[in-house]
Amino acid sequence: MAVMVRVKNDAPFAAQPDDDMVVCRCEEVTKGEIRKALHDGVCTFGEVKRFLRCGMGLCQGQTCQRLVLGIISRELGLPVSGLGHITGRMPVRPVIMEELGKSTEESKEA
Amino acid sequence: MLISTETIGKKGADAIVIGGGVMGCAAAYRLAKEGLSVLLLEKTEICADASGRNAGGVRQSARDVRELPLAMYGVQNIWPALGEELGVDVEYVREGNLRLGRTEAHLEKLKALAESSKKVGLDVRMVTGDEAREICPYMSDDVLGASWCPTDGYANPLHTTIGFYRKALAYGAVAVTGVTVLGLGKAKGRIRYVYTDNGVYEAGRVLVAAGYASRAIVNTVGIDVPVEREDEEVFVTEQLPPMFDQVLGTAEADFYGHQTKHGSFLLGGVSGLQHFTSNHDDHPTEAYTAPSLVRGIIRFFPSFANVKIIRCWSGQFDTCVDGVPVISNVEEAPGLTLAFAFTGHGFGISPAVSIAVKELMLDGASTSIDISGLRYDRFKAKQ
Repeated sequence: MAVMVRVKNDAPFAAQPDDDMVVCRCEEVTKGEIRKALHDGVCTFGEVKRFLRCGMGLCQGQTCQRLVLGIISRELGLPVSGLGHITGRMPVRPVIMEELGKSTEESKEA
Repeated sequence: MLISTETIGKKGADAIVIGGGVMGCAAAYRLAKEGLSVLLLEKTEICADASGRNAGGVRQSARDVRELPLAMYGVQNIWPALGEELGVDVEYVREGNLRLGRTEAHLEKLKALAESSKKVGLDVRMVTGDEAREICPYMSDDVLGASWCPTDGYANPLHTTIGFYRKALAYGAVAVTGVTVLGLGKAKGRIRYVYTDNGVYEAGRVLVAAGYASRAIVNTVGIDVPVEREDEEVFVTEQLPPMFDQVLGTAEADFYGHQTKHGSFLLGGVSGLQHFTSNHDDHPTEAYTAPSLVRGIIRFFPSFANVKIIRCWSGQFDTCVDGVPVISNVEEAPGLTLAFAFTGHGFGISPAVSIAVKELMLDGASTSIDISGLRYDRFKAKQ
């Protein structure tokens, strides 16, 4: 992760015409919400994810990761490569608890 | 806002806080609000480790009496208005904690825990299985009884941590992330230097709140705290309609968790084998843990069998040998304050810890909250 020095942002938030565009479809997060969070202090993909839930939904960021990284990169003027990325979390596709909880013995019987 | 990706011109401040988790961010906020210039140093990013991975319990019940004053102070004085104070929705809900038992032995254990908390003034009592099912109607008939603490609750640890961070910036703190602290140094007997892979920083007051990494940092000025790493996992379910607001746990710690404002359930725990199966350095999720937790959950909540799991992740505790944190000034290094070894139950007390830490750093002792049992020099051989 790149070294980042963060301070209070005294400039007012400047809205953009397409701020209501949905970027993370699973968690319904808009471009404006991401830009506002960046304006107010978060700086990395991980921080945007934790604050707004982008990439925490059913697709785990398969749709929005590159878009979110592009927005952070443009807002902060940084290369995408230093902004972090999403960690794939098991089980990737939703699985019902009963299936996940089957013990080795039960699996053998089935 | 971001001002640099290289370094900072001025590397001095009134206070340096090491660690960008909830403890460090909250302390940075309190100190900056008092008018101190504050530098927060973080190795990776804000809210990256345990603060971003825990399930958000704000619990007083089943706590060691040495840290119970912090838990009760937070619930009574800080949590109810914290969202307003920070300007973010911390999603705090205070609708109680049920700790469930399925056998007589479980109930004995819960009763003993409840008694010790009651002695220091916490409202926690035993309820029957039917009373517990009245509070939370989804649990199985196997539940024989439970301990019930009506003032326990939960909050969103991600919003809380980032909320403290944003507020620290708003009061003028500077946060530097991507910087690894290598050690500390003294000048004229007092703490003065923080050595990093990005140069030397200087302050008259230094707080070490870096979880397990704190041990190696304080070792450089001859201080040690018996703390080790322990991995635990949490998973999140699909979004469900609102079901109940209580936090759940069990006598045998089969699992813990609650439904979030988002609608998903956060559920966590261990397999019991984690000490032997974990790779502590990058602590990936393990094959044993989620299936084991799920079996425990279905035993208590049969209707969860068809609920979908979306994501599992793992986090790391800084587990203290005696199960409670170190929140203390260090006599051998005046100006140095420690806040780590939270042993997996730090989040709920973090707002109160930040008050105690601020007082330790400004006045030399905490007067608002009794933290006398949490000193750094309390560790003695058993006999």
